[in-house]
Amino acid sequence: MKQAEFLHTVMPFKDKLFRLAKRLLVSTEEAEDAIQEVLLKLWANKGKIATYRSVEAFAVTTTKNYCLDRLKSRQAGNLKLVHSNYSDENASLQRQVEARDSVALMQKIMEHLPEQQKIVLQLRDVEQYEFEEISDMMDMNPTAVRVALSRARKAVREALIKKHSYGVG
Amino acid sequence: MELAKIEKWIEKYFEGTTTVEEEKALRTYFSQDEVASHLRAYQPMFRYFTVAREEKSTKELRMRTGRKKNYAWLSVAATVAIALGIWFSTRPSVEEKEALVAYQETVQALYMIGENLNKGTDKIEYLNEFEETKNKILPPENR
Repeated sequence: MKQAEFLHTVMPFKDKLFRLAKRLLVSTEEAEDAIQEVLLKLWANKGKIATYRSVEAFAVTTTKNYCLDRLKSRQAGNLKLVHSNYSDENASLQRQVEARDSVALMQKIMEHLPEQQKIVLQLRDVEQYEFEEISDMMDMNPTAVRVALSRARKAVREALIKKHSYGVG
Repeated sequence: MELAKIEKWIEKYFEGTTTVEEEKALRTYFSQDEVASHLRAYQPMFRYFTVAREEKSTKELRMRTGRKKNYAWLSVAATVAIALGIWFSTRPSVEEKEALVAYQETVQALYMIGENLNKGTDKIEYLNEFEETKNKILPPENR
């Protein structure tokens, strides 16, 4: 496989990998570095690429594992990032501001989900993958994926309703 | 869109049983401004998913290749450098050559001096002969 051909294969889902990496690592720079590393890994294994059922699914799995490893080593090194730049208190009455705030609010809610739920929610509700694809990527059976997804969605709902009744009103 | 349908899909959505198509329809419903008040709380969720999908990586991909080739050229360069080094260090320099010539000339000159000195000693042999003969002839008191 030539380099140009490889990049052509990878290009359509590069942004999906980036978004998944960012969801897990939070920082944009770290996410960029992560996909760079993941794509180099894929390139190094380019001979095997043809044997995978789906290059995209394999790339997602590699990204997920890489990011989880990074998070683990980060925790081991006590380098947990603290994000406090969210203006989630006193949401504005104006709809425009409300919409922008809701994105920040959702980001914060998703950050607090367990990693597995976070990944499943990202893959399904943002990237719109089918259950079969997700179970392939996560190495989970489809029922387990559905359960994790349902839990994630309910956790988000709970957080939103809490916010809705106290905050925005 | 029918509100009853939306409500049913939302229920299914939280159980994880909606299809990708139904979820798309939900996102479309929540993207509009007019949303039933009892469903307003869910709006940030679906709007967020739509917005989140638009985020893109801005960094160009870099592929590091050709490293092996560079190492090959490096080894060739190193071999050439070492060979040149050995050649230059074993070859006598101009100064060494001049010194060698000077040394040989000096040796030659010394030999010449030595030969001339030996000519002198040859003549002294005759003197010794004369002395011995004289000793034989003359009585010891005249020596």
